[in-house]
This record gives sequence, C-alpha cells and structure tokens, in this order.
Amino acid sequence: MRITQGTFSYLPDLTDEEIRAQIEYIIRNGWAVSIEYTDDPSPYNVYWNMWGLPMFDLQDAAAAMYEFQKCREAFPNHYIKINGYDPSPMWQAQRVSFIAHRPKKEPGFRLHRQLWSDGRRLKYTLESYATMKPEGERYQE
Amino acid sequence: MTDKKAIYKKGGVVEYKQMGYWQPDYEPKETDTIALFRITPQPGIEPEEAAAAVAGESSTATWTVVWTDRLTTLERYQAKAYRVEPVPGNPEQYFAWIAYDLALFEEGSIANMTSSIIGNVFGFKALRALRLEDLRIPVAYLKTFKGAPHGIPVERDMLNKYGRPLLGATVKPKLGLSGRNYGRVVYEALAGGLDFTKDDENINSQPFMRWRDRFLYAQEAVMRAEEVTGERKGHYMNVTAATMEDVYERLEFAKEIGSIIVMVDLTMGYTALQSVSNWCHRNGMILHLHRASHATFTRQKNHGINFRVLAKWMRMLGVDHIHAGTAVGKLEGDPNLVRGYYDILREQYVKADPVKGIYFDQDWAYLPAVMPVASGGIHAGQMHLLLSLFGDDVVLQFGGGTIGHPMGIQAGATANRVALEAMVKARNEGRDILAEGPEILKKAAQHSPALAAALETWGSVTFDFASTDTPDVLSTPTS
Repeated sequence: MRITQGTFSYLPDLTDEEIRAQIEYIIRNGWAVSIEYTDDPSPYNVYWNMWGLPMFDLQDAAAAMYEFQKCREAFPNHYIKINGYDPSPMWQAQRVSFIAHRPKKEPGFRLHRQLWSDGRRLKYTLESYATMKPEGERYQE
Repeated sequence: MTDKKAIYKKGGVVEYKQMGYWQPDYEPKETDTIALFRITPQPGIEPEEAAAAVAGESSTATWTVVWTDRLTTLERYQAKAYRVEPVPGNPEQYFAWIAYDLALFEEGSIANMTSSIIGNVFGFKALRALRLEDLRIPVAYLKTFKGAPHGIPVERDMLNKYGRPLLGATVKPKLGLSGRNYGRVVYEALAGGLDFTKDDENINSQPFMRWRDRFLYAQEAVMRAEEVTGERKGHYMNVTAATMEDVYERLEFAKEIGSIIVMVDLTMGYTALQSVSNWCHRNGMILHLHRASHATFTRQKNHGINFRVLAKWMRMLGVDHIHAGTAVGKLEGDPNLVRGYYDILREQYVKADPVKGIYFDQDWAYLPAVMPVASGGIHAGQMHLLLSLFGDDVVLQFGGGTIGHPMGIQAGATANRVALEAMVKARNEGRDILAEGPEILKKAAQHSPALAAALETWGSVTFDFASTDTPDVLSTPTS
C-alpha cells in the first residue's frame, strides 16, 4: 500500500528539484521550514521525530535542502515530511505538509475490530504492521 | 426633533420619524450593532419615514403612542435610523443604516438578536419589500459568543491535513439507499482519496434507513478507509431530528462509535444549532452545517436576508463548516459576492468592499475562522478555477463528480485528489494556474487514468446562468 498522508501523495514521488520548489514556496510566504521523520506512520501519530529545530527566517532553500538530504541519508527507510509553519495569531499551525521521502516497501495497517457486548457497536484499533517491531528496526528494506 | 411631551399628551398615531427613530445627526457608538437594510417603500412613503419605521418595529415601537414609553429611558433603547441613500440604478430602493444599542440583545443569543432585527419587521405593510444586506457586530457583543468548536487550523491539526483544500462528497442518491449500501459509497469515496463524505440535508432517519444503521455502516467505512490509506477520514453524520432529545441521542451515539464530525441542518433553528455547538465544544466534535432552506430567504435581491448576514450569525453561533457557494457550480452565487462570504467566514478583520457586497469593516475579535464548503455541480475539470477563487481553506465537495465517474467511485475520488494535488503543486511552484489550468490537468492525467476519464466525461460542463443577486457596485478592471 501507499500511505496517502500529506499533500502530494497522489502524485508521482517528487524529484529533488520539485521538493526545492515547494520549500521555496514556504520561504516566500515567510513560514518556517521543518523536517520530521518517523517509522511509525499511523495517522494517529502526531509527533514525528524532529530533524533539528524548525528553520525560521530562511532566505534560501539550499539550507533546508541540505538538511533534508542529511536526514534522508541517515534514515533511508523512514518516512520524511517537510512542513511549513505559520505562527500568525489565530493560525499557529502548519500551512504546508508533504511526505518527501518514504520507505520502498510500505506494509500498511491492520484494522482490529472488537465487538462490544451491546448494540452491534465495534471498537476499532488501527495498527501499523511495521510497529510490531521496535522503533529503529522497522522498514529494513 | 418634535416635542415628545406633546406627542404623549395627545396619543394616537404619529410618524416614526417624530418618535425619534430617525436621527440624521446620530453618531453610531463603537458598541452599537449597525444594520444596513435595502428598503422598498410603498408609493407615497418617504424613505426616511420607511427607515424610521424599520428602526421602530425592530426595536421598541408599536403602531401607536403608548404612555408606558415614559416609564423607561426610551431614547437609549430605540433603534436609530441615521442615514438613507438611494440604491444606485434602482429608483425604488434605498439603503438605510440603523444603529442598535448594546443593551438590546441578550448575551450570546442569536435567537434573540434575530427576533429583534428580523423578527417582525419584514411583513410590515408600509414597505413593499425589505432586505437585510449587512450587519456590523460590535466586539463587545461578539465577546459573548464562543464561536466555532474548533476553527480551521485546529480542524487541520485534528485531521493532519495542511496546505490544500479538503475534499468531500455527498452520498447519492440522497434518499433510498439501505445502510449497508450507503456505507459502501462512503468507503469507496474515502478509500479513493477524499477526506470526507457527507449525509445530505434530508437524510435523517427514514423507514428505508434508520439513523443508527447509517452511523454504524458509515463508521465502519471510515475506519476501513483509514486502514487502506493511512490517513484520517470522516463522515458527516447528520443528527438533525424532530426533537432535541433525539438530536442528543444521535450526537452521543456518533461520539461513542468514534466519529470525528457531525452535521446539522439550518432547518433546526438557531437555538437548536447553538445547543449542538455547545455540545461539540464539550465533546471535541467537528460541526458541519448544511444551510438547508436558506435560499428561501437569501436569494431575492429585494427581500429577505443576504447570506453574508447569515454567515456572520453562524460564525458567532459556532459552526466549523458552512456551505457558502461555489460560484462555478450549479447553485446561485455571483463570484464576487461568494468571495465576500468566504472573507466573512475566514478572516480575522474584514474590510468594507462594496464589490464583494461587504458594507462594514468587521473586527472578528478572535472568533475562530469557519471553513466554507463549496458544494453542488463542481468537477475535477474546474480545479484551477476553484483553487484560485477560494484558496486552501475550503472543503470542495464533489458528489456527482465523484460517484458519477464512469470507472467507479474510487476512481472518481482519485481523479479529484490527483487534480487537486497537481494544481496545488503548480500554484506553489509559482505558475499561473488560471491561465495554465487545463494544461496542468491534462499533464496530471497522463499518470492518472481516473483523472483522464473524469476530464473526458465532465471537462466541458459549465453552469452559465446570470445570478439573481449581484453587487450594486461594479468592479472596474484595472488592467
């Protein structure tokens, strides 16, 4: 399966040049660029690992591209996303977020259903097959 | 100003103007609510008197002098018409500005504010027609409302979706499916790439599908779609019902089975809507409002309420989503006016802009932004128009444009998602999507057979009818 979180998951994987263009868009808008990576891509996993601090006041996409490439070298089998963060009042949230790198093989999720004792109701749990293994040992090709 | 003492001594019927409802020198206070009405007086009635009558009937007055006025400081509580102007290009109509004191409306009650401002006065015989065009709501009154349970950025945090419009679809046919078949449509649309599916306004709990079955099958479909995509998904569960007891029962059930979002119809009424909003605040549920019935009173230019006023009331009352028009789809809506509605729902400070039909500056005083929903007759081939008109913070709902896809519902959903992501990517890259839109879509279709088929089927469909409601000022092209 292909996890479709993030804005460009329905397009062919972005090339480095295309990733740079999106970073430039974030910078043009005055937002902060941040890079996050994980090997637990559950849609309920809010806090991916931060690759350094968010880069505020960037003038040039080169610095962010450099960090992204370093992150990709360090975690070639993880998910890596690039975010644009806007601290404006009454926003204080991301304006951009897309997966820029993903493992070659994505085993996907298992939906666990548990019947309650009454009224045909089910309790759902969504589990990533990858997270059966400890953090750092998942997605080994 | 006439001698009030003499009027009260004599009694009987006097002009509203003489009773203090027309005050051309009045300077509105910062804490006043200001209404702009479009009035069409009966022949022979001067516009100032008509405006004064509207002010009187929407505040303190009745048709005759009553001595009990003297038991209070009536001047304080009287609404004051203070300005009247002819409507450009329409000799029978006038704009009238009327100011209302802060004390006139109960704190945090849209029901009360509407009972005053639109309660009695629209049936008034001295007017042939009356329309409430805009409302300036003072910060002092706004701060008695909590507004949306979440607002746009918090909803995005909950869904983990940023930087693009959200995609939805209404399950079709609107009526007649069984719960199990209904859930099939929900699953296919969400698994194919949409973020949300939606109950329609008139699907509540009919004999062919009771609400409880629908909720269970829809939630199963939502979770299955999360499993195959690894993305958060939702189905707007319509909790509209005959009584508040029924509404609360459905809300609680939607929460118990894990839904992230519920919906209500405008037909429930302002009090019921506000109760549901409070429940959503307490229970962390996103609230979607379908404006069912609004066009019965918002569409005609000379009578009723402009939708922008309803949009303001709904932002105060507290919904996370509201249908606000598509401009390019099958339902009524001049593009400039629709943009105005979107500004009113999304911005923190809205500047007056007559081209967009906005007559007052409005400071929203930190009330959260509401996500507008564009729904009705839109398709993937219009993606460049929709994105450049509305930007990122909107739910684009493709019902027929998803479910009617020749290759099936999943393909329909995928076509919309591919078109959207390709257009967002191009816009971010700095390309002129209005000019290059069709080219961008064609290129994206090369790696997406689903999009290619959608463009083939609907590429040329437009709904080109003149709008009933249009701005009174025309924009002057600058280039």
